[in-house]
Amino acid sequence: MSEAPFVEVRDLRRVFDVSKPWLNRVLENAPRQYLKAVDGVSFDIARGETFALVGESGSGKSTVARMVVGLLPPSDGTVAIAGVSMNDVDVAQERQRLRRRIQMIFQDPYASLNPRWRVGRIIAEPIRAFQIVEGEAAINNRVGELLTLVGLHPDDRSKFPHEFSGGQRQRIAIARALASNAEFIVCDEPTSALDVSVQAQILNLMRDLQERLGLTYLFISHNLAVVRHMATRIGVMYLGRLVEISDGKQLFSNPRHPYTRMLLDAVPDLAMTGKARDGVKGEIPNPISPPCGCTFHPRCPLVFDRCRIETPPVIDGVACHAVNEGRVAAA
Amino acid sequence: MTVKEAVPVLSVRDLTVEFVTRRATLRALDRVSFDVARGEVLGVVGESGAGKSVTGSAIIGLIDPPGRIAGGEVLLSGARIDDLPQEAMRKVRGKRIGMIFQDPLTSLNPLYRISEQLIETIRVHTDLDAAQARARAIALLDEVGIPAPERRIDSYPHEFSGGMRQRVVIALALCAEPEFIIADEPTTALDVSVQAQIIALIKRLCKERGTSVMLVTHDMGVIAETADRVAVMYAGRIAEIGPVREVVKQPLHPYAKGLMGAIPSLEGEAKRLVQIPGTMPRLSAIPPGCAFNPRCSQAFSRCHVERPELIAVGDRKVACHLYDESNAEIAA
Repeated sequence: MSEAPFVEVRDLRRVFDVSKPWLNRVLENAPRQYLKAVDGVSFDIARGETFALVGESGSGKSTVARMVVGLLPPSDGTVAIAGVSMNDVDVAQERQRLRRRIQMIFQDPYASLNPRWRVGRIIAEPIRAFQIVEGEAAINNRVGELLTLVGLHPDDRSKFPHEFSGGQRQRIAIARALASNAEFIVCDEPTSALDVSVQAQILNLMRDLQERLGLTYLFISHNLAVVRHMATRIGVMYLGRLVEISDGKQLFSNPRHPYTRMLLDAVPDLAMTGKARDGVKGEIPNPISPPCGCTFHPRCPLVFDRCRIETPPVIDGVACHAVNEGRVAAA
Repeated sequence: MTVKEAVPVLSVRDLTVEFVTRRATLRALDRVSFDVARGEVLGVVGESGAGKSVTGSAIIGLIDPPGRIAGGEVLLSGARIDDLPQEAMRKVRGKRIGMIFQDPLTSLNPLYRISEQLIETIRVHTDLDAAQARARAIALLDEVGIPAPERRIDSYPHEFSGGMRQRVVIALALCAEPEFIIADEPTTALDVSVQAQIIALIKRLCKERGTSVMLVTHDMGVIAETADRVAVMYAGRIAEIGPVREVVKQPLHPYAKGLMGAIPSLEGEAKRLVQIPGTMPRLSAIPPGCAFNPRCSQAFSRCHVERPELIAVGDRKVACHLYDESNAEIAA
């Protein structure tokens, strides 16, 4: 790597307290309970690349996203963007300046836009907040530009969000994210609520904007095909841990972790090769009491004694004893 | 394809469903016709608002006012069921047509144990006594792959995970050994690894029991994996219907082509996705002629005036003027 990574996530952890209320704990003599949503996640994102996190529900991908943008303080570990730590008090002022450059796009475009605000005001909000341009006329101009950029009409500014379809609302959300001249956009399942033909429009738009504006994306999705289409690098999460990090293409041509293989095998595909599937075993265990050792071991076809005791570290992009000991031939 | 049996399990003829509102009458289904043969899985795909779920509801007579079936007929094993009185229809529902809905948590009653719900359903539809019904319920749970069914049967729905709950719902649908099952987005609320299990289960049950299934989903991958034939719906009409392999690999209808191209794939080069401009029209503003004409790149004058009927092309049927003999030169 020639330069320092744009986003640097180191050993990120987040624990949620899911204990019963105090009175219940006293009466039922119940202990406090903690849920490790994210457990020691590290990755880098280079400028201009799309890093994707995939995983099933409950794997902690959205929690990572929220910690990266600073919506949720991490329990432990650090996030640094452009060299500025997101949780170091000493650099609070610098961080404030950094905020402008980070934006987020959410899953549900019906919930992420204020229904009582006109679109123009929604998009102008970051412009005013960060004083990107001064003066009403200039702000108006900029809003018009942004709407055109995402494929809407400048006159749409005077409408309310309910007048738009899901795909158009997601365009508005993208315009709002771009309003502060953001460089890094965290997209949490941006197309999951959309129909496929609209999803295609949004994904194409996001790629075009990345090319034109040099954006960096952290892309969260459960849909492997969408991730494959968008990402340059991919991290696979399982129960709060990263189990595999790999180049986009390689992950699909040569998956290494047994969970990744299982996941890829499970996706119903249009190709209809009629391939026989190894039946997928089991379901994600309860994250409050995850299995000890490697959390995937109860479902893993390659499990052996060490997996039940020792948590595998990420070595060379894979967190799996079997792979790291060379017990599996690379497929 | 196998030789068509004399009487299809389900036959839908020119089904039209309308919703009467104060401003206008909205046509959610517009003369939809299809057959489902014995042991066949018919996939129904389309984007939201295409009329997939309404088709399912109309077949089992669960269209609530202000909606109504405005025309056409539904035949189950050759006998009309859409004009049955409420009481008779209730016997068909559950007994002869089973249902699996998207969200397993809302289709199970959270206040009753699984055993009570299963046994009640079995006893309503068969003459088994309580003990026999319980034995049968356990056998069913075993069949849908719930481990230790004799113990799990007395659990409440919230004690099951999403995938297990969906298995219970499938067991519930199988209670009375129906001839036909409507599965409305059965895997949409589930994770991929669990989804694969449920798809495999539906396929296996279909094969073993010879039950026909109408699988409604927006996920083309699920259809490709499960269905024998597929119907692509658009704005309340069938755009294309035919064997799944042909429709997925070489769609004929411009909308079906766009839809297939819009799906990111796990194989091949990750290229730019095909984009269909615009969105599906609202029911209140369906354009005259072919409903797809404003978004179609191949639309010509006839598309704006005349609604295309389904035209047979090989094993398939396509509702597109391009495939009409008299327009052969435009299509070429």
